[in-house]
Amino acid sequence: MLGDFFSAVGDVLSNESTYSGGFRLAVVLAFVAAGEWIAERAGTLNISVEAMLLGGAFNSALGYHLTESVAIGILFGAIAGLGIAIVQANMSHRLSADQFVVGLTLNILILGVAGFLNSSIRPSTTRAHIFEVPWLVDIPLVGPALFGQRWPFYLAYLVVPACALILYRTRWGLEVRAVGENPQAADVSGVPVLTRRRQAIYVAGITSGLGGAYLLLGQVGRFESTIAGGQGFIAIAAVIFGGWTLRGAMLGCLLFGLVNSFRLTLPGLGYQVNSELLSSLPFLVTILAVAVIASRARQPAALTQPFVRGLN
Amino acid sequence: MNQLSSRLQARWTWERWSYIAGLYLASIFAALILSALLVWATDGSWQDVFSAFIDGSLRNPGRWGLTIGYATPLLLVALGTIVAVRGGLINIGQEGQLYIGAAFCTYVVLRLGGPGPIVLIVALLAGATAGAIWAGIAAWLKYWRRVPEVLTTLLLVTVAAQLVGYGLKTTTLLLDRSPEHGNRNQISEQLAPGVRLPRVEIFGNSFPLSAFVALVMAVGLAVWLSRTTGGFRLTILGQNERLAQRVGISAPKYGTMALLASGAFAGLAGAMMLTGGDFGNYRLAPGFSGFFGWEGLLVALVARNHPLVAIPMAFVFGALRTGGGFLSATGVEREIANVTQALLVLALLVPAAVLYLQERRRQIATVEART
Repeated sequence: MLGDFFSAVGDVLSNESTYSGGFRLAVVLAFVAAGEWIAERAGTLNISVEAMLLGGAFNSALGYHLTESVAIGILFGAIAGLGIAIVQANMSHRLSADQFVVGLTLNILILGVAGFLNSSIRPSTTRAHIFEVPWLVDIPLVGPALFGQRWPFYLAYLVVPACALILYRTRWGLEVRAVGENPQAADVSGVPVLTRRRQAIYVAGITSGLGGAYLLLGQVGRFESTIAGGQGFIAIAAVIFGGWTLRGAMLGCLLFGLVNSFRLTLPGLGYQVNSELLSSLPFLVTILAVAVIASRARQPAALTQPFVRGLN
Repeated sequence: MNQLSSRLQARWTWERWSYIAGLYLASIFAALILSALLVWATDGSWQDVFSAFIDGSLRNPGRWGLTIGYATPLLLVALGTIVAVRGGLINIGQEGQLYIGAAFCTYVVLRLGGPGPIVLIVALLAGATAGAIWAGIAAWLKYWRRVPEVLTTLLLVTVAAQLVGYGLKTTTLLLDRSPEHGNRNQISEQLAPGVRLPRVEIFGNSFPLSAFVALVMAVGLAVWLSRTTGGFRLTILGQNERLAQRVGISAPKYGTMALLASGAFAGLAGAMMLTGGDFGNYRLAPGFSGFFGWEGLLVALVARNHPLVAIPMAFVFGALRTGGGFLSATGVEREIANVTQALLVLALLVPAAVLYLQERRRQIATVEART
């Protein structure tokens, strides 16, 4: 029994398609997690990333449907993510409504709106073409996974380092981190707390929208309202798993992406596994991984805490 | 605390009342306008949609009974949400807890022999317990490993769906062995007539007895929250965890209890959906939970976490749901009902937040004027 299990794992791990599938799934998470990481460092556990992902996916389909251009589709995706972020940010950090309430409602709202518009418009879409980076694609095992994907994939190589750069190497990033750790102190030193928190959510919106666009135009190719399927939540888990560091979060994305890909390739290699167990595997692994890691990491001190200036 | 201070300080004049009422009306109106715009943008007619909603939820024969039947699980889920939120916890996995509750209820009913009413009560309790256990996992992980309950409750929804799906595929658990379903391989046996909830018939409308149970529970919860020590302790914990610790209210104890109760309400809602008969004709099948967990959550949010306000809100949301069933004649997709629900929730968040901010500014101005 156990021997079978290990030989199955061995087979899957020496299979090239596991890696390219795993990286494809991980990159969707990486887009979302990079932005979510910034939002959480500013103090918002932004559960509307699921809505941003789904909205980005639908709007990129719409953009492609209207213009037949993948680049414009991706732009549309980012805009949708930003639009949802504007609602979330202004409701929770201008009006000080509860961030989870707003996020949850947005998730349900966007699910409804995307489903409604999709069945009314039925956008016709296709996938972007594959671009192979010369030389690098010939690396065995991981070459095609990292350098032989559809071209929107490579945007992640820009977005993720850019997120690290703006958070750690700019004044804006320093202020964002301050706002997430001690908003009262930041406020006293003249940092506009609510503005920085809103802007951090805008960044999350843009990257999640890009993630949605990649999910649609780089992977699935046709919109369905189940397309996001909880991946936004898994990306949040990846940020927590990574202990609120970008490196850790990306490691989490890779882990969850590989688990997901593992479950997709396993039946193809001729192993009979309970399909319900396989479908819930990513979620179980996520919960387990976060349970093991979460209590070790120190979260941003003001995470999920609203800020109202004044009489505290 | 904020409610208390505003009650002490703000003058409740006639102008203030009408200002607040106007604010709420304006936001509801804005939400409806946005939904109408969406219908208009997709070449639908909002007048048709509106009359379809009224027909489907109230006017046509037998429809308001069905609306009550739909409102019942929504109210129960909302009550569970209110308990958790009062304790400062965010349980957003009711969809899964409800489904697990329905599945355990089915299992007990089909496997337990005995007199009907006793089996029924045991089965309803089993459903509530199963929902509580499912939420309990999140509570346990929160207080043992500090995993945010928002995340675990949410991720467990999918796991619950897969678990029940597995149960429905397995003959020893829930799958119906009789050949009448052909090759449909994921459906449970139908409940025997003796173990169904009695239905109330009024003027050609019928709804299950669970509606009254939910009403009693709503009133009971309102009393418990506002008139008992336990409810007061829970509210303190939700308002200020540090204060709760100082006065000796254990966060793990009360928090776990709140989450368990929250899951139990959702599980009970699932069990009552199954035994009540408005859903799936007394059979459990995939997709049985049908978004009721999520919508019940929205009901609690719209009711601003007050059990008594949740009663009419559950009815309104149930009506949006039953009315949505009549939309196909108008050519507008039924998702518009979900959109309208979510827009209403968002819109109703605004007035409360605006009032809170204004009150806050007024307080600061008063303090500054004094110094």
